[in-house]
Order: sequence, then structure tokens, then C-alpha cells
Amino acid sequence: MREFIADSKVVIIGGGVVGCAIFRRLAMAGLAPLLVEAAADILDGASKGNSALLHTGFDAPEGSVELSCMQAGYREYLAIKDRLNLPLVESGALVVAWDEEQHAKLPAMVEKAHRNGVRDVAQIGRDELRRREPSLSPRALGALYVPGEHIIDPWSAPLAYAHQGLAHGGRILRRCRVTGGDFDGTRWVLETTRGPIAAGAVVNAAGNYGDLVEAINRPSPFTITPRKGQFVVFDKPAAGLLHAILLPVPTERTKGIVACRTAFGNLLVGPTAEDQQDRGRAEVDHATLESLIAKGIEMIPDLARHSVNAIYAGLRPATQFKDYQIALDRERRWITIGGIRSTGLTAALGIAQMVARDFAEAFGGLRDAEPIWTPVPNLAEDRARPYLTEAGGDVVCHCELVTRREIEAALQGPLPAGDLGGLKRRTRCMMGRCQGFYCSAEVVALSEGRLAS
Amino acid sequence: MTQQSDVLILGGGPAGLSCARALRALGVDNVVLLERERALGGIPRHCGHHGFGLREFGRVYSGPDYAKRLIDEAAAIDLRPRMTVLKLEPAGVVRATGPNGPEDFQAKAVVLAFGARETPRSARLITGSRPFGVMNTGALQQFVYLHGRCPVQRPVVIGSELVAFSTLLTLRHAGIKPLAIVEENARITTREPGSWIARIGFGVPVLTGTRLLRIIGRETVTGIEIDRGFGPEEMECDGVILTGKFRPETALVAPSHIEIDPGTRGPAIDAYFRCSDHRYFATGNLLRGIETAGQCWREGRAVAQMVAAGLENRLPLREPDVRVTLRGPLAYVYPQRIYRDAPTTNPLLFKARVSRAVRGRLSVIVDGSVVWSRRISALPERRIAWCLPSLDAKACQQISVELDAA
Ligand SMILES: Cc1cc2nc3c(=O)[nH]c(=O)nc-3n(C[C@H](O)[C@H](O)[C@H](O)COP(=O)(O)OP(=O)(O)OC[C@H]3O[C@@H](n4cnc5c(N)ncnc54)[C@H](O)[C@@H]3O)c2cc1C
Ligand SMILES: Cc1cc2nc3c(=O)[nH]c(=O)nc-3n(C[C@H](O)[C@H](O)[C@H](O)COP(=O)(O)OP(=O)(O)OC[C@H]3O[C@@H](n4cnc5c(N)ncnc54)[C@H](O)[C@@H]3O)c2cc1C
Repeated sequence: MREFIADSKVVIIGGGVVGCAIFRRLAMAGLAPLLVEAAADILDGASKGNSALLHTGFDAPEGSVELSCMQAGYREYLAIKDRLNLPLVESGALVVAWDEEQHAKLPAMVEKAHRNGVRDVAQIGRDELRRREPSLSPRALGALYVPGEHIIDPWSAPLAYAHQGLAHGGRILRRCRVTGGDFDGTRWVLETTRGPIAAGAVVNAAGNYGDLVEAINRPSPFTITPRKGQFVVFDKPAAGLLHAILLPVPTERTKGIVACRTAFGNLLVGPTAEDQQDRGRAEVDHATLESLIAKGIEMIPDLARHSVNAIYAGLRPATQFKDYQIALDRERRWITIGGIRSTGLTAALGIAQMVARDFAEAFGGLRDAEPIWTPVPNLAEDRARPYLTEAGGDVVCHCELVTRREIEAALQGPLPAGDLGGLKRRTRCMMGRCQGFYCSAEVVALSEGRLAS
Repeated sequence: MTQQSDVLILGGGPAGLSCARALRALGVDNVVLLERERALGGIPRHCGHHGFGLREFGRVYSGPDYAKRLIDEAAAIDLRPRMTVLKLEPAGVVRATGPNGPEDFQAKAVVLAFGARETPRSARLITGSRPFGVMNTGALQQFVYLHGRCPVQRPVVIGSELVAFSTLLTLRHAGIKPLAIVEENARITTREPGSWIARIGFGVPVLTGTRLLRIIGRETVTGIEIDRGFGPEEMECDGVILTGKFRPETALVAPSHIEIDPGTRGPAIDAYFRCSDHRYFATGNLLRGIETAGQCWREGRAVAQMVAAGLENRLPLREPDVRVTLRGPLAYVYPQRIYRDAPTTNPLLFKARVSRAVRGRLSVIVDGSVVWSRRISALPERRIAWCLPSLDAKACQQISVELDAA
């Protein structure tokens, strides 16, 4: 008999936002799932660097799995956000037309949005656009107004899902990469860098490695070609220049460059869309960053007076197909959640609902439990942060106003930060305008020997 | 409850502390100083090496000893560490937070002394991955001198301003020899014999005319790509210390009602160090980026005199009469706003920097005639300073500073 390091009814491979949402849902259904993540902490893949928008699906392909997951995910996020203490910046979005050709496309986009069930989308003229966004370049001809598009915190949300899953009896193993596996007719034995794991069923939510993990079960019907998106984040004063999210009129090739505020009170411009082979490395490059800044200034001329805080890049798990690659192999007890390319932050909760439904139908054993709510610390700028509360003012990170107590809290609990990146995502320390000039030595000293996973 | 005082000093570095001490000497003693760190002293607190105090105290101190002396001299003032200033508002209202939560302050005069910091990797838009091990000198010093550890063993130092030598000293203190100093210009920025000192004194090669192309490494730095003029080469290293390119710490000024000068990137001031809101004064590195601690110390003292004059209603209350305009390769000139009759500031002291290495004639032109002129040979990293005899009260509709490259 082999010794297993874990034996679970269901193992989820991948601790991105999608894996975390599935973990939460299956844990709440009493399955005590195990989530395994290769990196030192969760959210180290595609979910590390996105635009943080909660989409309505107004422009998603009609009738797609993506659209239904996005809309279900959107609804559930709104329903649970207060219980988990997650933010929602109700900014709305404007799809701005910069030339006649784009302008001509707006009416059809309104119709599509309505067919997609997003009925409050309407076209607005130049004057109303100016009134709504006085800092926008006067070159803008008009726009589509999408009131339901919102801004959220891309890390606290999945972190809250993971915490709720843990509270419901789930388990998370980090620094645990699945390297292979065998199905013996009743269950899976997964080989991992930490040792073998027995699993009653497997969910592949491996993001940019989805096709490689899929090959453990079958020749992968899809191939991942990571699509990189680079971003520039401007300092907080720039956030005053924009109210709504500025979306471009999409072309055939890409969704294009967005400009929007962030939940943390900055303003970001991005992402690009660059295909690459490397699945783990998301580099930024000088020329592209400069072109993003130029693009931002073209849309919002006053941005020229503002300085850059941060630069980053994320990798979308893109496949040769447009839609999500979701499948359930009843015989071999394997669920595939692949190619969640550019809308996974929104869709994750919806995908999780679908997985739970499919799982119940195929294998049964799910039950309804009273939810245990696990609110996470608030990092959003529009709501009270600890530095403003009584006795909370012991600030360590001066740019993002992160207190000692917040850092201490992120190093403890059921899912403490696994590395410095995880600590940054949990607290925002070192993520501000000085990028650690003032606080990095202090933060590293505070976390020394305590970044365990 | 709002805490009232005559003067509020924000920032406890050399400029703020020297202002505090000088105010006291001028008989202004209802003064509160807020500093967000747990210890006062500003940047010198973590400059463990020597090189401070000669001009102001006649002897050479290490940074921490210098900071200690500054604190001792300001001790009679209400010094409040661990108080983070959050917001600057009109009427001298300042919002802050500290160990007891939010606190509000109001003063007749507020002195901004927030200092300056180096430009981080992000704002330099450097190509590559974003691993741990890329940092500024300020962070490196805190690792080494405040926490007794060095996060890198084989780093490369980028830039050759004076602060790069502070980096070399800091690394030497940690027993570490960097692999090289990389400078993109054809010559080093610090006055020669800087490269000689680097090579001979520290055994560190100086690669001039060399560009940093990319940072490599996943979790930590594993190397960089440079170009010495013959195309990309890889160089193994475990850290990248980005030195210099200082910028004023205007995090609170930028979103406030106070005007910022695009040249200095600090608050625009008049000859009394007053900002566009006359309740606010600015001093030290916040004015324009880096100068030596001694220079900031003198600016702290100078601003104290103006603050005291303001408290005695000896400064003009109207808006400044003219704004200085610039022509030619000048990065900035301050003060940016001038009064025709300048009772407390005779003669008028200007400071400037050029935007590129240049030889030429620098002139001050008032209403079309040259009132002052000098031939200069200047580098962007060196301060140019000159005095103007007081302006003619009745004239002066326009004043411009012009640099004609020869
Ligand atoms: C530039 C950009 C902008 C975006 N903007 C938005 C937006 O505004 N709104 C929105 O809704 N969505 C957005 N997205 C999409 C969203 O970020 C992704 O859809 C989502 O993050 C995908 O999550 P995932 O969990 O599928 O993948 P990942 O986050 O990549 O998670 C997969 C995880 O699996 C782990 N893993 C891989 N192989 C193994 C193995 N063998 N063993 C163990 N673990 C393994 C990886 O380490 C990784 O952590 C954007 C994406 C990008 C890149
Ligand atoms: C790495 C390095 C090495 C140097 N080496 C030398 C040298 O060898 N010799 C020399 O003469 N000079 C040296 N200098 C320059 C010198 O240290 C500085 O010029 C001097 O410290 C500037 O004084 P300052 O008071 O203007 O700013 P700082 O010393 O930067 O002080 C500003 C203070 O304001 C505080 N502050 C900022 N924001 C807030 C806020 N919101 N609320 C409350 N407090 C706030 C900061 O915490 C800080 O303590 C060096 C500088 C650096 C960066």
C-alpha cells in the first residue's frame, strides 16, 4: 500500500480565482475538497495580474458558456460581497468611440447588450459624455454607457473564497505541483511534488498549464497559448481624472486598452494582448509601457501630469477556441475548466455553480449547509481602512498606509501569506508609489521566517 | 478636536529638524513637528556611513550620529514621531493618524519638509520580469543599517550620482562588493575622480555608456542584460540597486490645493519659501529633489526666518507680482514667484539646474533688459545659484531666466 499525503473526495488543481471559487462552492456543499497549488501562494498565475473589472457580459458572445458563467458570477458576487467584506466600486463603463467607424458600431452593440440581457445599456452623445467625464479628450465622439460594469479587488475576492472554503472543511496545499496521475477505475492517484494524493474526482483549474494538466487524463483537446497583457498604474491623484471605466470599441483582434480607476484608488491603463509561449513569465517592456502611457494621455490628456506607480503584466490562459473549455468525464471522474481567458474574475463564482451542478448530477453526495462567512480585511480606498481607526495608526507602508497589525494578520490565520507577493496581495504593502523605498526593509524583517506555505 | 499651534512642521529630516531648532532660537516655541517614522532624523537615520555635518557643525558625523545631533538640538520642540500626515487642507488644517488613531491639527504656518526619494524601477519603466532584489539605495540602507542584513550578495549598481557612492559604502559595510556600476552616459555623474575612487577604492568597475536593457529572474534576480554599445550581453547578478533620479515626495501635495511646479516637481514657492497657499511653506529636498543634508539644513534654517517674519505679519499678503518664466535648456528655477519689493529677501537668491550638459550664457531679463548675466558651464546634476540685487519696485512686469547655449 502506498502512503498518501492526502485522500480527498475531490482534488482541485490550481489556486487561481477559478480554483478558489470552485473550492469554496464544493466545500460549502460538504465535499471537504483539497486544493493543490504549485506556487508558494494562491493567485500566482493568471489571477495575479488582471484589470479587476466585474463585467456584465454586455459584449460577450451570445449563447456562450462564458456569458452564462459571467452573469451567474456577477449576480453571486453582488449577493455575497457584503458578507465577505468585499468592495464594489460602482463606476459604470463607457465604451468610447474615437472615430466615425467606431461610432457607427455603437447601435449594434446596444442591441447585442440587450439581447444578452443587459438592458440598461444605452448610447450617449458627445455632450453627455463630456458631462460625465470632463477630463476625457474632446476627440471622443460618443459612447455606450454600461452602468453595471464595476471595479473590484482582484485579490481579496478569491482570497475570501479560499477562506470560506477552508471554514467549510476544505484544505489547501501550496508548493504542491501535480506532475502526473492514474485513474484505477474508481479513483485517481495524483503524483505531486509533495507526494501522492488520492482523489475521488479531479477538477483541472490549472490556468495557463491547463492543457498540460489535462494530458494527465486525455490528449488535451485544447492548447494554451498565453496571451500577455501589460499594465501601467498611475499614482492616486490621477484617479480623480476618471469616473467610469473607459472601454474601447472592440476590434476583431482584441478587447483593446482600458483606462479605469482601481479599488485601491489608482488609475490603470492596459492591457496589451501579446501571444507568447512561456507560461510562467510575464515580463514588461519599456517600449510597450511607454506606448500605454501615450495611449492613456491620448484618451485623458491631463494624465501627462501624473506619475507612474507600478507596472505589471498578466497572462491570459487563451486557447484556440473563443469559449471556455469546460467538460466532465463521468467515467474517469475528471472535470476540465480550461481556457478561462479574460473574464475569469467575473465568471469564477458562476463557473463554480456550474461545477457543483455537474458534480451533483454525475457523482452525487452534495448537501446544502448554512454558509459560514469569512469576511476579509478591506483594502479598498472608498471604505474605512484600519489606519483611520482608533489605535490602528501604526503605519508601516507609508504609500499605501498599511498598518503593522494588518501585516501581522496576513502572516497568521488559516491561509497566511506564502511569499512576499502573497503578503503584498493581502495587504498592499510595498505596492505604492515608492515601491519599497521606505518600507521594504521593515516588511521583510517583519515577515522573516514567517512566510510559510 | 483640532490641535492648534503657531507652527506645524511636517517631516522630521534635516530640513524639518533644523527649522524646528531655528524657530526656537527665534523665540517661536508653540511648534509641533509630525514625523511618520518611529524615529526622527529622515534619510541620515539610515546612512550609516560618514559624510554629514561638516558645514553646519564643523565636524564629520555618520548619518545616525548626525540625526541624533539634529534631534538633540530640536529637543525643546514638541516632536511627534509615528504620526503620519494624510491630508493638507486650506486654512492650515492638517489631518494625520498615529498610534491613537486620526488626529487633526491646525497652525498659523505649516512647513512642508517631506524630503525626496529615488525613482523606483516601475516609474523608470525598465524591461523584464519583476523579481525580488531590485531596490533603491534608500531601501538597501535600511536593510543594512537598520536591520543588519543585506538582501543581495552580488548586485549591480545602476547610476553614478553621488548617492551611488553611498550605495558602495553601504555594501562595503555589509562586506559585499558589487559587480559593477552601470552608467548610461559617457561619463559618470559624480565629479571625477569618482570612477577612480570606485575602481581603486572599492575595486568596482565602472561601465559608462552602458544601458540596462532588462532584468531577469523569476522569484529573485538572476541577471541583467546590458548594452555597452555592442548589442545585448547578459551579466549574472542577484540584485539591482537603482540609485539616484530623486524626486520630491509630493504624495500629499499633489492631491492638495497647493500648486506644484512641473520643473522642480516640488511645490512652487515665492522668495519666502511660501507655497501658493501662503499658510504653507516648503523646505529641504521637497523643493526639488536631492541636495546634501547640509544644504537642506540651511534651507530649514532659512525657512524658519520666513515663518517667524510671517507670524509677525512682515510678509506681503497679496499674490506674488510676477512669475518667473524660463527659456533654454533649464530644468527649473526657483523661487518661481516673485514680489517686486522684497523686504526680507534682499538680495533675491535663485537656484536652478540645467536639463542637459551645457555651456552658455545665463541671464535674468526684467522687462526686456538684462539685469544679471553670467557665463556658465553646467551639468544637470549640479545646482546653480546666484543672487540678484533687489528688484526695482515700480518696474518688473515680466521676469525671465534665459540660458543661451554657446
Ligand atoms: C491582462 C488580463 C486582464 C484581465 N482582466 C479581467 C477583468 O477585468 N475581469 C475579469 O473578470 N477577468 C479578467 N481577466 C481574466 C482573469 O484574470 C482570468 O480569467 C483568471 O485569472 C483565470 O483564473 P484561473 O484560476 O483559471 O487561472 P490561474 O489564475 O492561472 O490559476 C491556475 C493556477 O494553477 C496552478 N497550477 C498550474 N499547474 C499546476 C499543477 N500542475 N499543479 C498545481 N497547480 C498548478 C498555477 O500555479 C495557478 O496558480 C484578465 C486576465 C488578464 C491576464
Ligand atoms: C541614500 C542616500 C545617501 C545620502 N548620503 C548623503 C551624504 O553622505 N551626505 C549628505 O550630506 N547627504 C546625503 N544624502 C542627502 C541627505 O540625506 C538628504 O538631502 C537630507 O536627508 C534631506 O533632508 P530633508 O529633511 O529634506 O528630507 P528627508 O531626510 O528625506 O526627511 C523627510 C522626512 O519627512 C518624513 N515624511 C515624509 N512624508 C511624511 C508624512 N506624510 N507624514 C509624516 N512624515 C513624513 C519622512 O519620514 C522623513 O523623515 C543622502 C541621501 C540618500 C537618499
